[in-house]
Amino acid sequence: MSVSADSEPVSCTVKPPVFLQLGDAKTDTVKSGVCIVDVTLPFGKSVNIEEISFKNFYTAYVTVRLLRKIPGQEAAAKWTTALRDLALMENPHTEGGSQDYSSIHRAQMQVVPDHVMSVRFILRQPSSAWMNFNLQEIKIFRHLEPDPEKEVSDLLSDLTLVNFRPDLEGLPDPSTVSSSIQQMWALTEVMQTNQTTASIGRFDVDGCYDVNLLSVP
Amino acid sequence: IMNESTELSLTIAQIVQRLKGSHLHSQIERQAKECLHQPEIKLGSLKEDVRNFLKTSGGGCWQPPCHPAAPPEHLKEPLAYMRKAQASWEKRVLKSLNSMSTELGVPLARMRPAVEQKELTNKWNEMGTDEPDLSRFRPVYAPKDFLEVTIPFLRNPNHDSSEEVNVRSHWGLIQVPLNVRDIPKLRQAFSELNLNTGQLGIEDHAHIHPDLFENEYVQIGKKVVEEQDSAAAQQYSRQGCPTGLRADLWALILNSTNQPQDVMYYEQLKAGVIHHDLLVDNLIYKDVKLTASNDDYYFVFEDYLYQVLLCFSRDTAVLEHFKYNSATPPKSYIEGKMGVEECAVVYPPNVAPLCYLYNEPSKLYSVFREMYIRYFFRLHSISSSPSGIVSLCLQFERLLQTHLPQLFYHLRQIEAQPLRIAFKWMVRAFSGYLSTDQLLLLWDRILGYDSLETVAVLAAAVFAFRAENLMEVTSLASAEAVLADLSTLKVMPLIQIFLFATAI
Repeated sequence: MSVSADSEPVSCTVKPPVFLQLGDAKTDTVKSGVCIVDVTLPFGKSVNIEEISFKNFYTAYVTVRLLRKIPGQEAAAKWTTALRDLALMENPHTEGGSQDYSSIHRAQMQVVPDHVMSVRFILRQPSSAWMNFNLQEIKIFRHLEPDPEKEVSDLLSDLTLVNFRPDLEGLPDPSTVSSSIQQMWALTEVMQTNQTTASIGRFDVDGCYDVNLLSVP
Repeated sequence: IMNESTELSLTIAQIVQRLKGSHLHSQIERQAKECLHQPEIKLGSLKEDVRNFLKTSGGGCWQPPCHPAAPPEHLKEPLAYMRKAQASWEKRVLKSLNSMSTELGVPLARMRPAVEQKELTNKWNEMGTDEPDLSRFRPVYAPKDFLEVTIPFLRNPNHDSSEEVNVRSHWGLIQVPLNVRDIPKLRQAFSELNLNTGQLGIEDHAHIHPDLFENEYVQIGKKVVEEQDSAAAQQYSRQGCPTGLRADLWALILNSTNQPQDVMYYEQLKAGVIHHDLLVDNLIYKDVKLTASNDDYYFVFEDYLYQVLLCFSRDTAVLEHFKYNSATPPKSYIEGKMGVEECAVVYPPNVAPLCYLYNEPSKLYSVFREMYIRYFFRLHSISSSPSGIVSLCLQFERLLQTHLPQLFYHLRQIEAQPLRIAFKWMVRAFSGYLSTDQLLLLWDRILGYDSLETVAVLAAAVFAFRAENLMEVTSLASAEAVLADLSTLKVMPLIQIFLFATAI
């Protein structure tokens, strides 16, 4: 997941796929190999898309169209093509890529996917080898404005897998602890070299270490 | 499909993760530090260069970066119906193992009593002299079962086979539409095997003067070993490895070192064998007794085989590779003073040919394990990988049907499906069927091209070679007889002619 994406998918409705028919829909069941899947956002809402992810099911090519409405402008919402004929299977007749997970990133789209109200997937599967084809688990992720302070070089930031920020609330600052540990260690060294048989007097209070007193019922 | 730079970063991160702590990692780090001091390396173009390098270097066992949404089983095997078939095959094997255990009253695993441990330690180097009663043990499965029970019934539920959808319908047993390479693509991929390039296995023949090819080729090989260059060794191996250099070259390609820690690892596994007795040990013992001890070429290595295979079955590092194998090993648990240990029940192929190369048990073990993890495991499990047994079977059938249609049709008519004969060769990568020197030449190419496709090509080439005789036969039994003895075959001429001299 890229840094500027919301990790939770946007809530949207995935309409059931509509297969285009050739000829008379009643008598002719010739498969055209084209299918439309519409994904709409709740009424009135729009989203700036960072990424669309899905699981393929035997779709060979996908075209993505977006319905965008620029807020504040009077003009009606318009459909534009964001991506044309992206190949999901290297050979439509064989298994390669047929059940793979994929993503379409904002940067791959030909138009800026902002203020999108609806996404239309046009799926094509020209091979007659398959009975069905579809896209599953479609998820749309919202684009977040990236943190402007992130000026670290690309390579380094991309390579960072996990950002470790252990929870230090309530605990003393590690650097002060480590510096005082130095002193404590030095003390123990001194103690070790100057061992005497004399008891550590200051802890001795008369009678308080009587065994009978220590065993509390 | 993902944003390209994200994909690249993911790949790099995964590679770094995998390499962490390994010998190779420190080697690469050192090399990288040295490289940075060279003037040609520019930090600005570094990213692009790495991307290009990863694209061109390929690397068969390296998995493409997984999509973050993909569950782990998807990474092992993306096709759901293949995963299902593999799971039911494993259940079958495990059931068989468990019922044998119950029937014979032998536990799957038990700790050896001290007396037995001492005895085994003493005769570790001569386990072959033992003659225990193994008559009650029967093999849990044979390759034949794999072919008969599972593979032909593999079906994609989404595949429409109701009408004659293919222009040329498939005559063979494999009915899944995997993408396999045909001769034009194979010619490109295996370009070093063409008729104009020198090969060991052809140009080192008695009546060809060594100055024409062999001497210089051996010199190059020596340099590669000196430089300890793994990538160069792999490229070199495509034209074959000279006998004297093969052990070193294979070890280089497989990154199999023989450092003190490797020897120690082997000793640890050996200790595991001494302490615990697995039911599977008896099966291994029986298998080796039946195959190696009767084999003219391999009986000398019988003792080595026991040592290696017994250790192998306890090697948890082998379990690591199951991360990218679609199989899940059936595990047996040993309860003892040490607590619970896991031992995988796996079925490795023939170790014997490797015994010709390595005489030190820990080194032999290390190379064998690497070869299993990279290549041979694919022959024993159901997956959509291009080097998997299903793809190899399909590739064999397609090659035969495309280029020898008359032969295929004839064999089909007499109820002698070619795959029924070729399967047993392919599932063992021809081990046990070819003479050893020819087998090692074949395995040179498996390592060199990082692919088992040469096995499928050779199988088709053998049929092409004996085509005339096969056209005369009238039954499966006589077809088997024609193809029973492959020990005189020379593999490289067969492969070369089939790939580069077949008219298309």
